[in-house]
Amino acid sequence: MIKNPFLRTFSLGVKSLLLHKLRSGLTTLGMLFGVASVVAMLAIGEGASKEAQDQIKQLGSNNIILRSVKPLEESNSNQSTRVSVYGLTDGDFARIVDTYPWAEDVVPVRILQQEVRFGERSLNPRVLATTAKYQSVTGRPMLEGRFLTESDEETVSNVCVLDYEIARYLFPFRSPINERIKIGADYFLVVGVMLPRVPIGEANQAAPGEEVTGEVILPASTGRKWFGDMQVKIRAGSRDMEQVDLHEIIVGVDSSENVPAAAAAAREMLDRTHRERDYEIVVPLELLLREQATKRIFKIVLASIAGISLLVGGIGIMNVMLATVTERTREIGVRRALGAKKRHIVMQFLVETIVLSVGGGVLGIALGLTIPEVVAAYTDMQPVVTPAAPILAFAISVGTGLLFGMYPAWRAANMDPVEALRHE
Amino acid sequence: MAEEKSKAMNVSLEATAKAAADTRAVAEFRNVSRIYRMGDNEVHALDDVSCRFNAGDYWAIMGSSGSGKSTMLNLLGCIDRPTNGEYYVSGTAVSTLNDDDLSELRGRHIGFIFQSFNLIPQLNVLENILVPRFYLEDPGIGLVERARDIAERVGLGSRTDHRPRELSGGQQQRVAIARALINDPSLLLADEATGNLDTQTTEEILELFDELHSDGMTILLVTHEEEVGKRAEQVMRLKDGAIESVAYNRPTIQR
Repeated sequence: MIKNPFLRTFSLGVKSLLLHKLRSGLTTLGMLFGVASVVAMLAIGEGASKEAQDQIKQLGSNNIILRSVKPLEESNSNQSTRVSVYGLTDGDFARIVDTYPWAEDVVPVRILQQEVRFGERSLNPRVLATTAKYQSVTGRPMLEGRFLTESDEETVSNVCVLDYEIARYLFPFRSPINERIKIGADYFLVVGVMLPRVPIGEANQAAPGEEVTGEVILPASTGRKWFGDMQVKIRAGSRDMEQVDLHEIIVGVDSSENVPAAAAAAREMLDRTHRERDYEIVVPLELLLREQATKRIFKIVLASIAGISLLVGGIGIMNVMLATVTERTREIGVRRALGAKKRHIVMQFLVETIVLSVGGGVLGIALGLTIPEVVAAYTDMQPVVTPAAPILAFAISVGTGLLFGMYPAWRAANMDPVEALRHE
Repeated sequence: MAEEKSKAMNVSLEATAKAAADTRAVAEFRNVSRIYRMGDNEVHALDDVSCRFNAGDYWAIMGSSGSGKSTMLNLLGCIDRPTNGEYYVSGTAVSTLNDDDLSELRGRHIGFIFQSFNLIPQLNVLENILVPRFYLEDPGIGLVERARDIAERVGLGSRTDHRPRELSGGQQQRVAIARALINDPSLLLADEATGNLDTQTTEEILELFDELHSDGMTILLVTHEEEVGKRAEQVMRLKDGAIESVAYNRPTIQR
């Protein structure tokens, strides 16, 4: 015999529910799917937005990226050879360095199209010519070796740093450090291998046969010395020549509060000095904020869907409990005659409802945690289960039980004992 | 409105009433009326009834259907309240109690026995016997032993782990009697307690009532069966909501 009144009420509730196994089971099922959908949808929503946010963070949230963009071509240009001059200039770079109070680092980046080769293996990656500060601005860690230094820049050394994936492709079985790779027509000493800012998840790894992403990084002075200012692209029937001083200027702002002001200043400055819109400004922080806003809307939508399914589950529970109360009218009358107070009757039925809803809730959490695993296994998506989700779902299931159990329990307690005893 | 008025009146009367009350009275009706309103009609189920049931009495309350005996039983069992008049249980005026106190009073003083046993199907015999105990403010200790003793006393022996549906009608009624006795009530109220039982089992249950009576329990049997009514010491006959007659069947057992 159980002494604790609550445990006794609980055990009575379980016993009463077990009298109607099928009915209790089906009611629990309604709750189960409601809670499972809450947990699973939160995980999928979280996963989707995390993926987008990771990509943005890769750019560095304290940075402003100024990028050269080729303006729209005039339609009558049918010449076979021409030179288009556009984009950010060395002057722009100097102006930012001189006048920007917030700029901690200003890093120029030139992007060269060159073949990179080691032995039999070759690639056509983005070759970046930049300065030593590139690493600190992008916050990317080294896997091995070192990054470019100031003295590499000054001595115009033939050194380079490889991206992790490129290193893996060119040197599948050994370290590339101190090997010489061929970029264009010249040989460069590999001094380091760099990781992406965000750790590579398994889903991010390039599958065999897929294009290798990543960059090869050289000192800016070396790049200018060997590859000049002019880039030649050979297309079908024509040669395009482009002259671009700088493809990117990455401005590292001292704190994220100053990012919007710095971005506005950059826009104004470039607007004044460029006749054409041959540039764009990417502010990862703004993208991040926009992404977060999108995420909020996404979450509201998911929460509404999940909320509706919980509501349906809750109404199902209430329906069954009302039927149970009617069915057990006589039992209620007997208990009242034997000395049960109204609150005893309320407790009895409320506990039954909560056993149903929490039982469904716990099973629902289990199912809800399984769904993201399945999604992760069969799709590219990586759902993220936050610890708050199951806790929230559990609280919701208790709340649903309380909310939808209150009325049936109240009805049971307020029956007239005389009428209840007469009920067949 | 009428109820409130009578309540106010009874509160002022209570002091004098209590002083005058027979200390042996377990239950006492003073000018009790119970009026049901059905639309515009008023049905006087009980009309100005006064009577007293003393400790150790064994009464049969008889009457045809519509005589008011169910109403009287409901009032005696404190699951209904008089429209007018006052009902005292062990000296406590029922009209002064709120719903919770009334429940506590039922639990402590009244032992209900029903025609259809009304055991709770999801509980076993021992748990059924203990149901009224757990609704008391202070259930006390040594409950299981007490429940086993009472089960033994009503002749259930060791069948305390069975569910009600595994028992015969007579056994179920014995469980119900044990349940009625668990809180040591002042008054045992049996509503057609043998109505669903065969002659043999009826006899067994009535013998059990005799035994309880000889142990000093106050018993009120509500019945319409003459054979059952004969077993009680005193018989009250109701007709049209009023007491028709009171008769003594046999002398009170010497104690």
